[in-house]
Amino acid sequence: MKVIVCVKHVPDTAATIKVKDDTGYEDGSVKFIPNPYDEFGIEEAVRIVEKEGGEVVILTVGRTAAVSTIRSALAMGANRAILVKTDNQFLDSSLTAQAMKAAMEQDGLPDLIFTGKSAVDTETFQTPYRLAKSLGLPMVNEVSNLTLNGAQAVARCDIGGGQKRVIELGLPGVIGATKGLNIPRYPKLPDIMKAKKKEIKEIDLADVGIDAASSRVVIEKLEIVPERSGATMLEGSLDEQVEELIRVLKEDEKVIL
Amino acid sequence: MSKTGVLIEIENNAVKASSLGAMTAAADSEVYALVVNADAGAVKDTLAKYGADTIVDIQGDLSTSPDLLAEALVAIIKEYALDSLLGTASAIGKDVFARVAAIMDEPLVSDVMGVNIAAHTVRKSHFSGKIMATLKVDAAVFLCTLRPNVIEPEPAPAAGNMVTFKVDIADPGLTKITEVQKGDSSKLDLTEAPVIVTGGRAINAAENFAMLDACAAKLGAAVGASRAAVDAGYAPHSMQVGQTGKTVSPKLYVACGVSGAVQHFAGMKTSKVIVAINEDKHAPIFGKCDYGIIGDIFDVVPKLTEKL
Repeated sequence: MKVIVCVKHVPDTAATIKVKDDTGYEDGSVKFIPNPYDEFGIEEAVRIVEKEGGEVVILTVGRTAAVSTIRSALAMGANRAILVKTDNQFLDSSLTAQAMKAAMEQDGLPDLIFTGKSAVDTETFQTPYRLAKSLGLPMVNEVSNLTLNGAQAVARCDIGGGQKRVIELGLPGVIGATKGLNIPRYPKLPDIMKAKKKEIKEIDLADVGIDAASSRVVIEKLEIVPERSGATMLEGSLDEQVEELIRVLKEDEKVIL
Repeated sequence: MSKTGVLIEIENNAVKASSLGAMTAAADSEVYALVVNADAGAVKDTLAKYGADTIVDIQGDLSTSPDLLAEALVAIIKEYALDSLLGTASAIGKDVFARVAAIMDEPLVSDVMGVNIAAHTVRKSHFSGKIMATLKVDAAVFLCTLRPNVIEPEPAPAAGNMVTFKVDIADPGLTKITEVQKGDSSKLDLTEAPVIVTGGRAINAAENFAMLDACAAKLGAAVGASRAAVDAGYAPHSMQVGQTGKTVSPKLYVACGVSGAVQHFAGMKTSKVIVAINEDKHAPIFGKCDYGIIGDIFDVVPKLTEKL
């Protein structure tokens, strides 16, 4: 079985982001990681291939620096990787999906595709849907449990309020992974060493016929959201503190009735 | 005047506040309220009161496949020549809008915090609330989902003319919903709740969430949990707020015994007012919230519940 996992190279959520030239950000000093939701997809793919045989291929669309993220994914047990290179910090969802499709067609279409449920940098929540549509495949997102049964799969998806829906789909298909699907492994040193020797094939975005300038979503401006500057601490006895809190929330902030 | 469709979400026979807020966002256009898998007649008056010029009663069972629902919405956009389609960034809303965008090959802006429909511009979070991005899209049909609680619904009485749309579309047959497992119906959905009370590691046991449930009931709030509380087994993952959990944006967020890790803030930073209760006066959360009480949550929360 061939499984492709789409992995995005994103700034660590703990990183401080500094805006550069209004529409970009300083990325030299920022720590990057594999998109956290994608790790659930990597783990699931590796477990499936450990059981059923085959290979796990990591597919990343990103800058050259994304090699560090790819190595992390390879250390978790993936076999090899493809990097579609772009200089763009914010390649839009549609073009990213087109790049993934082209890379998959070049490499040979897989039996199963994993992505994360969304990316923590741009939070656009659509790339895997566009990829699935372009390949004519089913797409199921926010999957916290997956059972494969030959050419069929059953996915349990979180839909809010603790509700879940169970969806059947035919394979190949695209699965958007979320927490609950598994617990991603921490690679051990030998796995990290081994990952350094694994193949990463690099392709330029232009070589798959995509023009990054053709994006239909344009960033006009990025602005830092100011941090709250520290709390107003309530004072007095416990009764006084709680009464003052309720008064403030009702009368000053007007957030409760 | 441009035409904007609003996908209406209904829960417990009432229109969700976030759907009414989406109609408020569309007030400068002719509003088509799209009612699916529900009795449109029962919500007609509410929809008219909040600005629906036309109410489209979509007849046919669209609950069997998210792809079928998406195909129906594409057909409705064409039928009524809609210029835009707005919805709520709920789990189901985000999912179906992504499918519509993929079918139509149109841009989609998801989970936005502000929108100018005429200009095709939005404001939305990047990097878990650390950056606000202004985006402009080049779209023939403008597709957008709004983060719950960011637009306050305002009454704007309109005609509310009822029309019916009969779905006559073949299911693409890609996905089939075989079962919907209900959560605890007495509990509100976290992502859309106007008030959230969250328990952190200090809650110390699953049964102690009953204390937060009691407080939440007085506040009309949903109950959430920090990653530390989920990983300790005190609460299910469906209650987790933060990175690898839910992103929420309530009017009021009350963090009880939550230390305030960056990953937690990634999921609730855009809340309007954040209150923290923690016995550790050095807890990082006090540096990033609006109001703080230093004290044991087992003293403070019951007192709060009593006085509300």
